[in-house]
Amino acid sequence: MDYAFYQEYWWLLVSLLGAILVFLFFVQGGQSLLYTIGKTEDERSLLVNSIGKKWEFTFTTLVTFGGAFFASFPLFYSTSFGGAYWPWMIILICFVLQAVSYEFRKKEGNILGHKTYEAFLLFNGFVGLLLFGTAVGTFFTGSEFIVNKENIYQPMMPVISQWQNPLHGLEAAFNVRNLLLGFSIFFLARVLGSLYFISNIHNPDINKRSRKQVLINAIFFLVCFLTFFIWTLASKGFAVKPETGEVYMQNAKYLHNFIEMPIIGIAMLLGVVSLLYGIGIGIFCPKSAKGIWFAGVGTVLAVLSLLLILGYNNTAFYPSVTDLQSSLTIRNSSSSYFTLKVMSVVSLCIPFVLAYIFYAWRMMDKKQIDMKDLESKQNPQY
Amino acid sequence: METLDLSVVDWSRAQFAMTAMDHWIFVPLTLSLGFIMALMETMYYRTGKTEWKIMTKFWMRLFGINFAVGVAGGLILEFQFGTNWSNYSWLVGDIFGAPLAIEGIMAFFLESTFFVIMFFGWNKVSKGFHLAATWLTWFGATLSSLWILVANAWMQYPTGTTFNSDTVRSEMTDFWAVLFSPMAMNKFFHTVTSSWIVGAAFVIGVSAWYLMKNRNIEFAHKSIKIAAGFGLLGIILALYSGDGSAYQVAQKQPMKLAAMEGLYQGNNGEGLVAVGILNPAKKEYNDSTNPFLMKITLPKLLSFLAYRDFNAYVPGVKDLLDGGYLETKPDGQTVKPVTTNEKIVFGQMAQNALKGYKIAKKTHNDSLAAVNKAIFAATSPYYGYGYVKDKKQLIPNIPLTFYSFRFMVVFGGFFLLYFIFILYIKRRIENMKWLQIVAIWAIPLAYLTSFSGWIVAEVGRQPWAIQDLLPTFAAVSDVPVGSIQATFTIFAVMFIVLFVAIVSIMVKEIRKGPEHIQ
Repeated sequence: MDYAFYQEYWWLLVSLLGAILVFLFFVQGGQSLLYTIGKTEDERSLLVNSIGKKWEFTFTTLVTFGGAFFASFPLFYSTSFGGAYWPWMIILICFVLQAVSYEFRKKEGNILGHKTYEAFLLFNGFVGLLLFGTAVGTFFTGSEFIVNKENIYQPMMPVISQWQNPLHGLEAAFNVRNLLLGFSIFFLARVLGSLYFISNIHNPDINKRSRKQVLINAIFFLVCFLTFFIWTLASKGFAVKPETGEVYMQNAKYLHNFIEMPIIGIAMLLGVVSLLYGIGIGIFCPKSAKGIWFAGVGTVLAVLSLLLILGYNNTAFYPSVTDLQSSLTIRNSSSSYFTLKVMSVVSLCIPFVLAYIFYAWRMMDKKQIDMKDLESKQNPQY
Repeated sequence: METLDLSVVDWSRAQFAMTAMDHWIFVPLTLSLGFIMALMETMYYRTGKTEWKIMTKFWMRLFGINFAVGVAGGLILEFQFGTNWSNYSWLVGDIFGAPLAIEGIMAFFLESTFFVIMFFGWNKVSKGFHLAATWLTWFGATLSSLWILVANAWMQYPTGTTFNSDTVRSEMTDFWAVLFSPMAMNKFFHTVTSSWIVGAAFVIGVSAWYLMKNRNIEFAHKSIKIAAGFGLLGIILALYSGDGSAYQVAQKQPMKLAAMEGLYQGNNGEGLVAVGILNPAKKEYNDSTNPFLMKITLPKLLSFLAYRDFNAYVPGVKDLLDGGYLETKPDGQTVKPVTTNEKIVFGQMAQNALKGYKIAKKTHNDSLAAVNKAIFAATSPYYGYGYVKDKKQLIPNIPLTFYSFRFMVVFGGFFLLYFIFILYIKRRIENMKWLQIVAIWAIPLAYLTSFSGWIVAEVGRQPWAIQDLLPTFAAVSDVPVGSIQATFTIFAVMFIVLFVAIVSIMVKEIRKGPEHIQ
């Protein structure tokens, strides 16, 4: 297996992690609905205890997503994080505040009071998701940076990747298409969060309000996402000439990618159908709690497809609009052949990891939780 | 020509140091308390006695409070390599990124998945499965520390890699050399076993407080017994691996060793400074001022610890910078080492050769490319010295390294005696109020000792982000200093508030005690 194979394999893995991460954002989506669905103190506690047993998965996936990106496409790590400094830093702050909030919220002596920790959860739910989605939007719309690997032997100014916009990443939030993706992810996460509440919590009021939220957020999600999607398919994309590595603008590049890689196109279609089916269950089947699974699988498939068309078929996945030739592709930004190979061996344990996560998840979610669980002395509560 | 703002380097370092220190407040307790409570749960599993279950659950609660904050700090650290050390990320992402990714895949999911079962699964899964989850949580945490310490050790001793002149970056060539480098193994064992001391001191301290308040007596005695045994094992292993670490430092990072000892002018049969006060009047490494106001040394011991030979020559700061001494290799041969001035010249040659190579490649001048490639291959081990303007930049902060090292060793010794004594007096601690007070104070002391070890390791290796390859001032991102100051301030406020909150929550939880646990 050659270098190109490993580069594509790692783009697949990173995309898969990204796709799973977006599904697991149901935790953040749920947080953002804390006061919308939870009308009383106890109801909010129930919501927190429901998603509180899952936040670690989202968090760990985020960390692993970062680590995998670092190891496989270090030039992205270097360029994006070191350049778009502010959005990434704010995302980090949101997540740090989230991590402590579950544990500290109801603890005596938590100094700030439970409302503050709930505010942190809301902050993470709103700002974290919006910024994350907006940052991913730049994968389609481009950013302003220059990469010059030869700077490394300029002792006075050795920095390889240099951001060209003084806002250091915040400028992405002034691009409508980026924002549309940001809001798409935000509303999608809220849909998923509501569906998770439906599946995990036994409480008629919460169930009813969650179903209403599925409907409302699904409408917003569809409007934002379809606008983004159609706009993107119709827009010029960042294409690469395989012989020279030269980056150029190609009409309807992403539409072409779907057509030229039909499997990914089909996966996208299946993803959307499955997601809509899951949403449909949430809205129209008051007896079924299975919506989250269809919507979850659909989300993973759809996001995976979107990320795959960014990296495959001679496309620049992290384009620079300042200097097209600085754009990052899976060829020019990856780790060495040797490292990708070693890492690929390690990646063989991923199915094993997924298996025990699945098993543990099933064990913990066998039974829906209700108000009585909050009084249980057997297990600690958030 | 545009130049890099050096205050960017300082603020980036400050931010990273602060985040790492904050993270380290929580990690040692996770590594150690995880083991202690898994041991207690094993007792519960084997005897079925409720007292063991309550004990497990009580310490688990404190573990959980600590865990969340530790996880959070780790996230910022990981991403800071990108946000603030972007050049580093690209240049060595190939080697450094790999352990980080493996850590995520292998260890973090293990830790977080089984943490949830351990914490919330008491009546949801079988007793055996729950016990397995507790052990796996601890195992996952320890495994994650292995990978991150492998990454850190590689920065101190970059083995298993070569600098590729075509891709202009350092690339991994031998995974096993990176994983099993002696530096990595020592670092892992030393860091993990010394962390056990923190957890042991924590459990003993909290239990001693109960004894002082005359409550939960049996609970306290049992906890103390387990913790003291575990702590003693930890300190013995930490002393052993600490000696190995110092030996590695002597071989791989002689400047760090010189800083640890405040040694400016080396000697054969050099003694180890047991007690010393550095002379603040010492301004230059090569002036004639005595570096010490006073010192008591143990004769010849430094030579022995560093080279396993009582008469070996240990070079000081001046020797390392100016040369003029003979270095003894492990096989007993003496060689004249490359001087710092020469290293700087080689580093500049390497950078010029790399530049020449790239230009020759572009103009298809193969013979010139070959010459430059050959020069580069010969000089690339000193690549990082090409960024050094003044050789004084190569001296780490000596007072900080020197005193931190003393602190670590002295209190390491204290903890050895402490755990032995606690095990020796057994239940008599109940009537020894002074010892109960000592036990409570031993908690912060254990943390400080652990911190001081990290200060020696990290301050002592400055200015290198990667030894001999990349100094911090060539590793940073080009971010405006104002932005870094702003994030530094936000982090500082956040860390302080969360630290106060966690201490306050812990104290409340301890005051409530194990009584309310079922």
